[in-house]
Amino acid sequence: MTIRCEIVSQDRIVFQGNVDIVVLPGTSGQMGILPHHSPVLTTLDYGVITIRTHGGEEHFTVAGGIAEVQPDQVTILADSAENVEEIDLERARQAKERAEESLKNTVDFDQDRYMHTQSALKRSNLRIEAVRRYRKSTPHPHGTEE
Amino acid sequence: MPSTREMRMRIRSVKNLAQVTKAMETVAASRVRKAVAANAASRPYSEKAWKVLLHLARQPGSASLHPLLSERSPIRNVLVLMVSSDRGLAGSYNVNILRNTLFYFDQFSQPVKYVTVGKVGRDLLLRRRAEVVAEFTGLNAPAKFLEVSPIARLIVDDFRKELYDQVFVSFTNFESMVKQQPVIRKILPLEVEYAGIGYNVTHTKTSSVFTYEPDQNEILDEIIPRFIATQIYQAVLSSQASEFAARMIAMHNATDNANQLVGDLQLEYNKARQQIITNEILDIVGGASAQERS
Repeated sequence: MTIRCEIVSQDRIVFQGNVDIVVLPGTSGQMGILPHHSPVLTTLDYGVITIRTHGGEEHFTVAGGIAEVQPDQVTILADSAENVEEIDLERARQAKERAEESLKNTVDFDQDRYMHTQSALKRSNLRIEAVRRYRKSTPHPHGTEE
Repeated sequence: MPSTREMRMRIRSVKNLAQVTKAMETVAASRVRKAVAANAASRPYSEKAWKVLLHLARQPGSASLHPLLSERSPIRNVLVLMVSSDRGLAGSYNVNILRNTLFYFDQFSQPVKYVTVGKVGRDLLLRRRAEVVAEFTGLNAPAKFLEVSPIARLIVDDFRKELYDQVFVSFTNFESMVKQQPVIRKILPLEVEYAGIGYNVTHTKTSSVFTYEPDQNEILDEIIPRFIATQIYQAVLSSQASEFAARMIAMHNATDNANQLVGDLQLEYNKARQQIITNEILDIVGGASAQERS
């Protein structure tokens, strides 16, 4: 028994396929979606989507969005979704530094810039954290395995 | 009559020109393909978002009264997002989009303000003394979504603040390599029943009742700005594809013209050269026969 899952972002299809379970970060809490789930429409928070199939697990970071759940299908309209295996860790670290730097140094922020920088910081933190927790290929360099 | 040396230089410079335009043609051709591919890649998102939107808007209840969906009256201020290119040398691409825009919005009695993408369009509008409130230049080719989303945010915010009561996007629709059509489309307030957006979505009316988290209106708050951002993103990509197609054809013609000019000049040069040789021979023959006689 599987459920069809599609993750699309504004510029590409990030994932599509039949899966056993989808765990997604809804704004009102984590949701695990199994086949024959009752229909739900929910907004998404920053977080990680986990997909489990026969062959194993895959993890995707998502920076907000919307998920539509139907008994046989989950459609996730995700903002800047990325497979954890594809994340450029170095770039995420640099982005984090830049955002922190600019939050520290700038005195007179206008509201818009502030929000923008905050969300950039949140995104890069999310990426770094997701790689640390979920990436299979490279072991974590600082050796804090869970 | 220019000297043969001048003519040689002229031929060389025209040949260089042809080489440059040929290179520009090749570059434009590859960029058309990339922009078209990027546009196609963004369609699944907008189709799915559109489906969810339709679904929500057709629910009984307050959803249909969402501020981004409801028409205002009277219309006091109008905003137009005009998408043009940063560079010229694209045939009549920029002029077409400007002409179409001005022609359409001259009929409006309300004040019309502009947001522009692209330097050329901005300059053309300013020359016509149109009011440009914001400009975006130097987008990548093809544009990335993150470059376009601030445009959408600006537009949606200003619309919410009631600075404008209607927002249009004026862009060039890429139909094929040889046909690009300037188009004007209203994007705010969003008309959900409007079929013209052309998504081939048969709305599967599920009998089951949806649960909404947090609630319908908040989901609409999330999805409409994203949908509009995607619409603008596609308009920009379509315009870029059109721009490169127009440039490709313009540069192709320029290359042809330059090559023809080279041919003409070469012929003229050869004639002049032959004339000089003939003259020299005549001189020698004349001189020789004059000596013989003496």
